[in-house]
Amino acid sequence: MIELEHYLTVAALLFVIGIFGIFLNRKNIIILLMSVELMLLAVNINLVAFSSFLGDLVGQVFTLFVLTVAAAEAAIGLAILVCFFRNRGTIAVEDVNVMKG
Amino acid sequence: MSADLIIILPELLLSLFALLSLLFAVYTSKDGIASAMLWLTSAVLIILACWIGLTGTGTNIAFDGMFIDDGFSRFAKVAILLAAAAILAMGEAYMTAKGLLRFEYPVLVALSVVGMMMMVSAGDLMALYMGLELQSLALYVIAALRRDSIKSTEAGLKYFVLGALSSGMLLYGASLVYGYAGTTVFSGIVQVANHDISMGLLFGLVFLMAGLAFKISAVPFHMWTPDVYEGSPTPVTAFFATAPKVAAMALFARVLHDAFGAATADWRQIMALLSILSMFLGAFAAIGQTNIKRLMAYSSIAHMGYALMGLAAGTVLGVQAMLVYMAIYVTMNVGTFAFILMMEKDGQPVVNIESLSMYSRREPGKALAMLVLLFSMAGVPPMLGFFGKFYVLKAAFEGGLAWLAVAGAVASVIGAYYYLRIVYLMYFGDPAEEGLNGGQSPVLWMFLIGSAIIMLAGVVNMFGVDAAAASAAATLLD
Repeated sequence: MIELEHYLTVAALLFVIGIFGIFLNRKNIIILLMSVELMLLAVNINLVAFSSFLGDLVGQVFTLFVLTVAAAEAAIGLAILVCFFRNRGTIAVEDVNVMKG
Repeated sequence: MSADLIIILPELLLSLFALLSLLFAVYTSKDGIASAMLWLTSAVLIILACWIGLTGTGTNIAFDGMFIDDGFSRFAKVAILLAAAAILAMGEAYMTAKGLLRFEYPVLVALSVVGMMMMVSAGDLMALYMGLELQSLALYVIAALRRDSIKSTEAGLKYFVLGALSSGMLLYGASLVYGYAGTTVFSGIVQVANHDISMGLLFGLVFLMAGLAFKISAVPFHMWTPDVYEGSPTPVTAFFATAPKVAAMALFARVLHDAFGAATADWRQIMALLSILSMFLGAFAAIGQTNIKRLMAYSSIAHMGYALMGLAAGTVLGVQAMLVYMAIYVTMNVGTFAFILMMEKDGQPVVNIESLSMYSRREPGKALAMLVLLFSMAGVPPMLGFFGKFYVLKAAFEGGLAWLAVAGAVASVIGAYYYLRIVYLMYFGDPAEEGLNGGQSPVLWMFLIGSAIIMLAGVVNMFGVDAAAASAAATLLD
């Protein structure tokens, strides 16, 4: 039998992989966008699992909102990335360094 | 249903206005009308601020607790709307001169203001998330508004990646809170947290706070701030430093008190830690800066530390102090950015602090107004900025955080150094330095002088902001 804890563990693992993907990745900004997407999907697993085990639909409604916003976010992220590529000619993470901070 | 719609009428009208002006601009002359649209948007924001401020009464709850219109949200909304209107008006000349005044700019600002109004009125985790994202998505785009500049697009990219990371953390916290409280409505969460706060709920709270700390750029979640402030066009930087900060700070207060008011002891220490780190990092890191926009970034980090100190107190007085502090902070920043927008040499904008040497000799009026604002930001007694700091220190002291109040006083002395260095340069700098020339704009001049006069004249009674903040704070913690 698959319990709530199993779902939460998978979601937590995916979430941590997403965070590490952002901080350890030194190659490509597209991978950063994929990591962000992974984090949001981990949250969705959490929400759906809770919703199912609580017998409450609100969690699934929340999931639909998250999915919609994630799509809009990816669109804006890619648009900014295209602008950056036109100016800089590269999308390597180590080249995002005109300003140091 | 229609009663609910009447409660959200200001938000509804502003979104309609934004969408209609977008359609209108797309179908007609496009960028030719951008300037007219900017002034129109600015006027609409001011009208909404007057409407909300003058006619709003009582506590109205819409959509089963998802949307709360109370004194607290109205105070924050008026501050947000007025700040956004002022920044739009200030940036018009700069944006036109740089060829940046596209019609998308006022539309995006209006949409982000809708998001901020949703944030301060959120009574539910879903409403919180949607408001926050509407605000953030619009801000990512206007950070990268100068499409042909490496710096501006890099600022947009950095803001986007770190903002998306913070949204993810906030959302993970929201999912845990939902799971362990069984509801997303704040009034339901507070009842569950009242009995006993479970480990899952605490984890959720910590993730939520980390996500929100990103949005107000509190240390240790501040890394994006200096780069985004430096890279964005200056009017956009001015916008980042004012309205979104008020919205995120008000949202922070709402989540902590409405949803976790029963767990004050648990979140106070985290707030105190965020506060003390922000104050000291802001004070120390700003010392070596040569770019005035980066300096303002660190200055805003330090100011957020003081506002967080009010929240860390966890009392009505603390929330009142936070609201007063934010109102004063926004007014000071509007004036300071009006000054920064006027810094130019041979028609080109200058951001180097050294270029201000002996500025008082060429422009005594502007230098004097800037001196008042810098003294106020440093917290020198006769100015209004001192009373903002005094309020939060008093709230922290009475809330039993005497050590935090002492640390805040020490940090403000350290921070005074870099504000006074600018004053020193303006009055006693190196006369050989080739300084600024030009930068005569009646609109900016009006904002600079107005802000400086408020800093001096507000000492008498704070224009009633004090009393308004007190009643606003009381509605949050009733």
